[in-house]
Amino acid sequence: MAFAVFTWFFDRVCVNGPGFCFTKPWLPFKAKNGAYFVATTGLTSSKSFWQSRRFRDAMVAYAFILPWVIGFILFVGGPIVASFVLSFFRWKMIAPPRFYGLTHYISMVTTDELFRTSIWVTFKFVLISVPIGQVLALGLALLLNQRVLLLGFWRSAFYLPAVVSGVAGSVIWVWMYHVELGIVNNGLALMGLEGRNWLFDRELVLGSLIVKSLWNIGIPMVIYLAALQGLPQQLYEAADIDGAGEGSKFLSITLPMLSPAIFFNVVMGIIAAVQTFAEPYVMTGGGPDNATLFLGLHLYQNAFHYLKMGYASAMAWIMFLLIFGLTVFQFGLAGRWVYYEGGTR
Amino acid sequence: MVAGNETVSTAEGLGGRTLSRPSRLRTLLLGNRFQAGMVRMLLVYALLFFAAFLFLLPFYWMVNTALKPSNQVFTLPPTWIPKPAMWSNFLTAFTIQYETDPPVYNYALNTVIISVNGVIATIFSSALVAYAFARLEFPGKNVIFLGILSTLMIPFAVVMVPQFIIWRYLNWLDTLWPLMIPHWFGSAWNIFLLRQFFMTIPSEYDEAAYLDGASRWHIFIRIILPLSKPALAAVAVFAFVFFWNDFLGPLIILSTPENFTLTLFLANFNVAYRGTPWHLYMAAALIIILPCLILFFFSQNAFLKGITVTDLKG
Repeated sequence: MAFAVFTWFFDRVCVNGPGFCFTKPWLPFKAKNGAYFVATTGLTSSKSFWQSRRFRDAMVAYAFILPWVIGFILFVGGPIVASFVLSFFRWKMIAPPRFYGLTHYISMVTTDELFRTSIWVTFKFVLISVPIGQVLALGLALLLNQRVLLLGFWRSAFYLPAVVSGVAGSVIWVWMYHVELGIVNNGLALMGLEGRNWLFDRELVLGSLIVKSLWNIGIPMVIYLAALQGLPQQLYEAADIDGAGEGSKFLSITLPMLSPAIFFNVVMGIIAAVQTFAEPYVMTGGGPDNATLFLGLHLYQNAFHYLKMGYASAMAWIMFLLIFGLTVFQFGLAGRWVYYEGGTR
Repeated sequence: MVAGNETVSTAEGLGGRTLSRPSRLRTLLLGNRFQAGMVRMLLVYALLFFAAFLFLLPFYWMVNTALKPSNQVFTLPPTWIPKPAMWSNFLTAFTIQYETDPPVYNYALNTVIISVNGVIATIFSSALVAYAFARLEFPGKNVIFLGILSTLMIPFAVVMVPQFIIWRYLNWLDTLWPLMIPHWFGSAWNIFLLRQFFMTIPSEYDEAAYLDGASRWHIFIRIILPLSKPALAAVAVFAFVFFWNDFLGPLIILSTPENFTLTLFLANFNVAYRGTPWHLYMAAALIIILPCLILFFFSQNAFLKGITVTDLKG
């Protein structure tokens, strides 16, 4: 039914223009001469602007992107503005919002020590987990690119964790890190090493979460692998003729040719890592001693435990600025190290 | 596979002969000499085994625990192979009902509803928008497309609070609607992905149909969509995995156990069961990730395609 309505609407817009569609909706949608496609293809300047193909095509296009526009206004653009405005108000859902000026932003740096902790935790996590993850993903992709037997098996093994949810993955890793019954400590015991309290030692816990995050590098790995498989072999042959060693080939051919993929993965990795939420929520609850109080977790607790909607909005903007800053920083650096074949992009 | 290296070994020092090698045999780290190549391949396989061992270890540990009889779960040192394997743990984990909580299949039903809706909504709306950007000309096209891409940078946290307020105002908190409706309006990443794919379809098809009198809508439904099945499948599998695993969305919207999704159930497992029956916990975790694992094994190509279709060349 909805299908038919949609079709009818599009046909009318295509053929008769939106003006006709709205002023005489009772008319059948075919053009007066009966051959509506003639009207759409054989346009001359004698037609009015409203009937011109360009205008109608534009209208059709807007109709196609209408869902996104509506969604953007309702669920993205509108909320962004609302969130920005809200960050200057104090609002705990019970009483009406009260204007608070910059107080939220000021108290972040002056009184809310947990906020500073959460920024620092998030920053450390991003700065460590993203580079290590990318090196690991690239390393695995290089291994897989050696024309190994059973490529599908190895690739699946490394990719599989990427389809496991944050919650289920975290639950599995809580069990891995279990002090007495976990496989990590028992494996260490088999090797004669002493186990540690991975999730309850404030010195170790962030490292434990970083290790867990390294388990989920399937997507960047597959991107690197695809990029490696697409590398032009002539370059390596030319380098062979010149007597280049493996190391210099890697540094002067592979890495530059992969740099767009590296850039893409680093940017996407940063965006995802800054928003880390399920892992600390499930594995540590932000503890011990707030050592894993990620920005996302602190924000969630302020918004939905203490109902500080205004303060949470302000923090969300800081999170956005963090992502934005790191991304812009990456784009700024990109000019120095990212190589696009053909020069322009 | 490795055999090609023998020709390589004789080619040592004869720069000219390197050209006669099949180019595919030349890869990044492979040695020039046969022995070096052998050692290298051994090293490659050793590293692969080691890495795969580490990556699969959590799965092993989960399955191992999930199959243990309850009296073996807390034995020290832990048993490395469950004997006897308790397959009934899965049934117990799936049907057990704790006090007033709903049974697990209720959570599964909610998750299925959200995921199926999410997949259909994402495919349909994203394809619609992507088609306009791939095929139609209109004022503001580039600016709007850039706008769509830049929303990728906006963290969910920024829109989370206002969205929550909207749903509260509509009295839709603790229903599934907020987790279903917003996905009917296109998702930036999938719009981008589908646009890239649509642009690879020769536009002669559209033009022929257009001259035959088909409208843009018909071209979209009858030509573009059927030709894009691989890309749509890729979007579908990624959307499914996303919605199946979504946690923060359900967490802020849903509050009564009847409406919980599987991820919420799993996150609250400890609380609900007071103390942790780890074998059931792991069995539940396994059941919950199983649909995604099965989907991955049956549609690997769609996954790989979805990741690489954009080809990073914009």
